[in-house]
Amino acid sequence: MDDLLNEFLTETNESIDVVDVEMVTLEQDPTNKPVLDNIFRLVHTIKGTCGFLGLPRLEAVAHAGENVLGKYRDGELVVTSDSVTLILAAIDRIKEILAGLEETQEEPQGDDTAIINQLNEVAYGKPIETAAAAEATDIIEMPEITPQSSGNLPGQVSLEELEAAFAAAPGPDDEDEATPEEDKVSLLTRIGGADAVKVIIHLFHNRILSDISVKNLMEGVNTRESKVKIGDFFVACLSGKSESGPGISAAFESFISHGMTKKQSETIRKLLGSVLEEVDLSPLDVEAVLGEYDDFAVAILDEANKKIKEQTKKTDKDAATAGAKTGDKSLANQSIRVSVQVLEDLMTMVSELVLTRNQLMQLLRHSDNSEFSIPLQRLSQCTTELQEGVMKTRMQPVGNAWAKLPRIIRDLQLELNKKIDLQMIGADTELDRQVLEMIKDPLTHMVRNSADHGIEMPADRLAAGKKETGVVRLNAFHEGGHIVIEITDDGAGLPVEKLKAKALKNGLATEEELNEMTDNQIQRFIFHPGFSTAEKVTAVSGRGVGMDVVRTNIEKIGGTVDLKSVEGKGTSFSIKIPLTLAIVSALIVKCREDRFAIPQISVLELVRTSADSEHTIEHINDTPVLRLRDRLLPLVRLDEILGMSDPDEEAEKGATVRQEDYIVIVQVGSFTFGIVVDQVFDTEEIVVKPVAPILRNLPTFAGNTILGDGKVIMILDPNGIASQISDSTSDSSGFASEEDEHLTVEDGREAILLFRAGNENRRAVPLSLVARLEEIDVTTIETSDGKPVVQYRGQLMPLVTLDNTYKMMEEGRQPILVFIDGDKSMGIIVDEIIDILEDEINIELSSTIDGQIGTSVINGHATDMIDVAYYIEKTHGKLGSSSTSGHTGSGSRPHVLLIDDSKFFLSMIKPILSAAGYKNTAVDSAAAALALREKGHDYDIIISDIEMPDMDGFSFAQEVRDGGIWQKTPMIALSSHHTQKDIARGHEVGFDDYVVKLDRDALMTTIMQQVGKKQNAA
Amino acid sequence: MENKNKDFVTIRLANQLCGIPILDVHDVLSEQSITAVPLAPPAVSGVLNLRGRIVTAINLRKRLGLPEQEAGGENMSIVVEYQGEPYSLLIDSVGDVLSFPEDSFENNPVTLDSCWQEVSNGIFRLKGELLVILDVEKLLNFETGQSAAA
Repeated sequence: MDDLLNEFLTETNESIDVVDVEMVTLEQDPTNKPVLDNIFRLVHTIKGTCGFLGLPRLEAVAHAGENVLGKYRDGELVVTSDSVTLILAAIDRIKEILAGLEETQEEPQGDDTAIINQLNEVAYGKPIETAAAAEATDIIEMPEITPQSSGNLPGQVSLEELEAAFAAAPGPDDEDEATPEEDKVSLLTRIGGADAVKVIIHLFHNRILSDISVKNLMEGVNTRESKVKIGDFFVACLSGKSESGPGISAAFESFISHGMTKKQSETIRKLLGSVLEEVDLSPLDVEAVLGEYDDFAVAILDEANKKIKEQTKKTDKDAATAGAKTGDKSLANQSIRVSVQVLEDLMTMVSELVLTRNQLMQLLRHSDNSEFSIPLQRLSQCTTELQEGVMKTRMQPVGNAWAKLPRIIRDLQLELNKKIDLQMIGADTELDRQVLEMIKDPLTHMVRNSADHGIEMPADRLAAGKKETGVVRLNAFHEGGHIVIEITDDGAGLPVEKLKAKALKNGLATEEELNEMTDNQIQRFIFHPGFSTAEKVTAVSGRGVGMDVVRTNIEKIGGTVDLKSVEGKGTSFSIKIPLTLAIVSALIVKCREDRFAIPQISVLELVRTSADSEHTIEHINDTPVLRLRDRLLPLVRLDEILGMSDPDEEAEKGATVRQEDYIVIVQVGSFTFGIVVDQVFDTEEIVVKPVAPILRNLPTFAGNTILGDGKVIMILDPNGIASQISDSTSDSSGFASEEDEHLTVEDGREAILLFRAGNENRRAVPLSLVARLEEIDVTTIETSDGKPVVQYRGQLMPLVTLDNTYKMMEEGRQPILVFIDGDKSMGIIVDEIIDILEDEINIELSSTIDGQIGTSVINGHATDMIDVAYYIEKTHGKLGSSSTSGHTGSGSRPHVLLIDDSKFFLSMIKPILSAAGYKNTAVDSAAAALALREKGHDYDIIISDIEMPDMDGFSFAQEVRDGGIWQKTPMIALSSHHTQKDIARGHEVGFDDYVVKLDRDALMTTIMQQVGKKQNAA
Repeated sequence: MENKNKDFVTIRLANQLCGIPILDVHDVLSEQSITAVPLAPPAVSGVLNLRGRIVTAINLRKRLGLPEQEAGGENMSIVVEYQGEPYSLLIDSVGDVLSFPEDSFENNPVTLDSCWQEVSNGIFRLKGELLVILDVEKLLNFETGQSAAA
């Protein structure tokens, strides 16, 4: 009995889960017949099994639910949200009872009458069609009639049936009315009019349904419709006006389509006869009606025969499809239930086997031509396959974890009056059972959050210009050994300001720290404990336990969670988790004499640095950093984190820079950093084993494992390392400020190209301006309009010399510096390129010579800085003249602060400003600019881009105008948008002027005007 | 009387003879290659692979506040289990298995170092030598052990 009950519980729980999901689908698509059929079948099965196992409470609830579903199926009830809610409530009740059953092996005590009554009310209390006389006899309205009447012997009539018949049968008064237009007494009148026919037909149907030999004719037929049709037909036929009623083929459609045989026809005739006798018709009338029947029965039989012939043609096809169906079935039967424990044990054994295999393979590698090599290869292959196979048994589609979500979203919609569309993509992406179990709750929580906090009320959405229905999208996909699940909503996004206030209130960060943080860093505060942004606590979420639990849970399984959110646009969470916990692939690295494993999931890339390679480790105040593709990554030395470095030795090493380092770039959440290791080996599949309790409080390690060579190694935990680093720098925001600092350092130092041209003077240009260094054959230089040009990349490129007296080489190859500005290019002819170095460009003597900004000391030599803008202008003549006639010569050069997220734009505009005699500082974000303000840097004018990530120009201007030392500094907005609205907004937030990007003349003029104004004011 | 006898594996630690109940001992190992665990408590000398199980190695000398062993000395270990986890106790050498009647052991002298007090269950008098009985549970219960060492 216990086994039986267990089986029942598992099966029923599964079915209930399916019903849960399918109900929601049905609600959205009420006409979806297969879905409805499936639900009905499942509920019916539950009911049936309950009856069999003797579980009356479950049975009663399931039965009541089934009644409503039956009504849906027969098209008598329209699927409405209310009735679906009721059925879902019934399902919940069933779940409750099942839970109790599981615990105690007995049905828990409880009263379900309320819900059953409600269901019955829906099923019977509110019929859709208007009550007609026929309704009184409707078999479905009184379902208890059916079993009774079918149990009766032909000829016997149950009491109810008789009562129904009498109620429906016309009284003496009705009789006259029923036949007012009949001239002579027709057969119909003699029987008792149309109403009497209805009674006859009702009974007739019951008889047919209870007779085994003809029952199949009514299969799949809506009894009520059929009654109406056949009734009408009889009325028409008996009143002698057969053409006015429905045709034979329409009325007896089911008889025909089921291929009524002659024998069945005779049975039906008998049944009809007995019914007629029952209603007390005179034998004469009975004969007459039967005579009518004989007439049309012939027609029916004819039609039926035709149908059969048609059908036999189809039979082959049908047989084929039927075969396919049974094939499916047998396939379904090929699965068996295995207890999870068995699988777990199997997995452990396979893990051990993998380790042993690795060890054997390692041994093999050391011995040449071993006789074991072939069998070991084979063993290795089998092990791999076995491992894959066992892993597969543990794999489940991620959709299983999502199964509850449609229901949750549906309930939320009703509760919160929101409109939400839940989209699920990649539900069949598989992942390990264990992992699946562990992300189930966090996922549910996050989706609930998105729906509750994320999606706005429909009215708000419309006001914000969004569609009324919000979208919550789940997307799961594989990405290099991990599975990524994204939960995206197009809701309100995370309010940065509110989060800031909250963080401040909770003492998580100081105002200064907050100001230096990027929006993303601030948004990540939601992962801190006790941080809920919902203003009011709803029943759904907002109780302050939330995202921190989600994060902890996900990190517990070695996953990471990250978020991106744009206020007003929506939020996107992305969870990255390992496919399986037991066996992970890890990168083996070496630090000092020991090897360590780093889980591949967190490794982004590997960088090799050495003195002569592209990448080198640089230091800011002894803190190592790495410049990698426009990013500055903080570095940690593994030996330092592990406390293996020795200070004396370190000092020694400082003197002799290490020749070569390997840097493992890892990502934890949105925090990317590099771990410096001595050597990198290969990646290996390792079996993660927990460390002993005494070592468990070391955050640096995630576990340990045995490598192929039998050595035990520790597995590093990047999460732990990251938290350790941020501990040591007091807060993760420390990194942000560090980066900012570096930016300002960088902005003083620039890569400079040193060259010689014409005379012996050293000349220089910022390297960032030089597009290419080329050597061209002097013979290819042509002359156009009296000036030298060369064909370069399909274009004519003008060549300029730095002074007019300069003579080009007569032969050989001439080095030139190529400058490209948009589609214009220019070559400056030089004698020799001396060097490229990094230094601060500090113009000490400004020049009066055109084309020269001034003289600067670079690398200990006086060097002329070349004004590239001047030469571009000279060759192309399009830049206008104002740009160079800016502030030259005056002692105090105005200092310009440039803010633009486009590095290209910065490097383009900087030299122009320099050329115009402005001192300039460029930063690439508003946050960086504000950091400069905090440090007390003052500028004469601020030029800011409008479109920038995180903080745009408008907010920046507001921030500046709100107070601080820049409050009065002139500000110019640069933007590619220049509608009146934008300009007005720019003025409103505090910009003094608004210039369209790429219009240099206007920019120069504006700067001059604004600076002039300021100076005048001063 | 024989039933009352208790068997001990004798070990030697910095010349001190100690005994560990024989039923607690799972394995006796000769020198193994041990992977050091950085940042671990000082008493943990690392982890090692024992037939596919990862065993945490405890340096008993450090655990008991004894001086480091001189280089070149013998290094053996015995494997015990504590709360389901295997530990290997690093010792100098393993001696005989001795059997003592249960009633012949004496309580620790009160003047014994507190670190030893804590892990010892008592003392047996042997001919010309004393044997300290070590309690595995107490040896590996680091929570109290750490506080005492501190």
